Amino acid sequence: MSFWNDPLKVAADWLEGVFTGWGMDAVFAHVLVAFIGVLLLIMILMVVDIFLVWIERKVVARFQDRLGPNRVGPFGLFHPFADIVKLIIKEDTTPGNADKVVYNLAPILSMMSVLILWAVVPLAPVMLGTDLNVGVLFLIAAGAIGTLAIIMAGWASNNKFAMIGGFRQVAVMVSFEIPMLTMLMIPVIFAGSMNINDIILGQNTWYFVISPLGALIFLIAAIAELGRAPFDLAEGESELVSGFNIEYSGMKFGMFYAGELLHAFTFGGFWAILFFGGYRFFGLEQVSPIFAILILTFKALLGYWVIMWVKYTMMRIRIDQMLAFNWKFLTPLAFALLLVTALMNALLSSAPAWLFALGMFLANVVTGWVALEIARSAAKQERERIEGPKKAVEAHH
Amino acid sequence: MKLMTAQQIIFLIVAAFTLGSALMVVTTRNLVHAALWLVSTLFGVAVIYALLNANFIAVVQVVIYIGAIAILFIFAVMLTRRDMRDSGPQLNSNWWLGAIVAALVFTGLVFLLQGWSGFTGTAADLPSGFDPIGLLGEALVSPEAYVLPFEVASVLLLAALVGAVYVAFNKK
Repeated sequence: MSFWNDPLKVAADWLEGVFTGWGMDAVFAHVLVAFIGVLLLIMILMVVDIFLVWIERKVVARFQDRLGPNRVGPFGLFHPFADIVKLIIKEDTTPGNADKVVYNLAPILSMMSVLILWAVVPLAPVMLGTDLNVGVLFLIAAGAIGTLAIIMAGWASNNKFAMIGGFRQVAVMVSFEIPMLTMLMIPVIFAGSMNINDIILGQNTWYFVISPLGALIFLIAAIAELGRAPFDLAEGESELVSGFNIEYSGMKFGMFYAGELLHAFTFGGFWAILFFGGYRFFGLEQVSPIFAILILTFKALLGYWVIMWVKYTMMRIRIDQMLAFNWKFLTPLAFALLLVTALMNALLSSAPAWLFALGMFLANVVTGWVALEIARSAAKQERERIEGPKKAVEAHH
Repeated sequence: MKLMTAQQIIFLIVAAFTLGSALMVVTTRNLVHAALWLVSTLFGVAVIYALLNANFIAVVQVVIYIGAIAILFIFAVMLTRRDMRDSGPQLNSNWWLGAIVAALVFTGLVFLLQGWSGFTGTAADLPSGFDPIGLLGEALVSPEAYVLPFEVASVLLLAALVGAVYVAFNKK
């Protein structure tokens, strides 16, 4: 096996050889190499995170017709490093009567809930990370830790705004977990496995083509899970100052901020993995794992860009609108789509691939259209209910 | 004495962590802290499931117990208490009764398991290609296995849901 075909394995074998050459126990050397691998992955992710700050600032600037960072380094590339220096030299404050342990634990858990997701990301056909047979559910489990981090931050800060922000964020995350989990089941139905690599291998046609509505609902639920606009109720600058992270300063705030950016990038990656074929691109991933990683990074950045596009285009919605949207529209739609997909999958199981894809696509379009029609007639009734008395008043005058 | 394997060492550390957290749940005076210690207890149990190669149960443990039930506990504490840093006296002084019951259950379980051959033996490794989730899924919907209990549990949860909606429903 050459370096070109599997660089990670070659490097790990070489390192293990070096360690055992020093007289280290083989098992211990194996564990140590695995540990170094994890450390390396986290370090690479954190460095990527630094550049995500730059990407985020540049892209938002373009959306808002500005230039963005352009003073430090070429294209302002070193701007995030200035940010980091600023965050590090800031005073590290803790509010009076704050619950110190919980207060300090929250940013760590927040960052951890994002980093832990990368344990199950298959970067290339030969770099599967942890090849977990329930990889899809792992996504939701890590999200649970993120929810916990936010409620801990909100509670421990001893601040009413932080508390309300924490409450709101938990309301959003607990609600949108349901459509998200339901939509995760759609690739599982197609692939017949909850293993993430099996889902990628099953995508000879991208699942986005087979189930565009599923991909869309997953994206909406992912944006809500991230707490980004239009679902950034937890921050709500205009009413909550800054929400759950109001009391955090310096690098502790930086952990929340960097965690959010990396989370968005990660969800872009999961969107790519679940609906856009992950590291696959017309067999290019078989040439070398390096290409596979580049393909996955490109697709993840594209997903991240879509999330940013939504964030900087949409306005924040109120909490009651958010809850009504989720419980009265998105969740029933997700359940209906899951039922339709499962039924169509059973009906078309012996059909040729093109008929399967076409049938699924049409089923998605019809489901989406029916849902929109129902929503439209409900909105019309609501409008008549509110505007009805108004007209009567006008007639009276 | 035989040297412990890495898995046994990890199990002992996790078990001690879980037990310590569980003890903190019932001894800490701060209700929110108790809920957070409960989270770490449940997490320890999830790690033990993972050690047993029961990945599905481990992940479901985190999703349901930490992601839903523990969060619900924290919510309930925060919404029902006047002071969120509530650390008042114990509600009743029956802790010694609880301790006795716990000790009795533990002794009873040890006594019962003594007769089981797996208690002292080492479990064999799972054969490769063994698909526990597939088997679990089939068992849950197979008429020969657990389809009836599964459906009954679903109906029970649905009834609870309907009841909750009825209690919360605001009659105009």
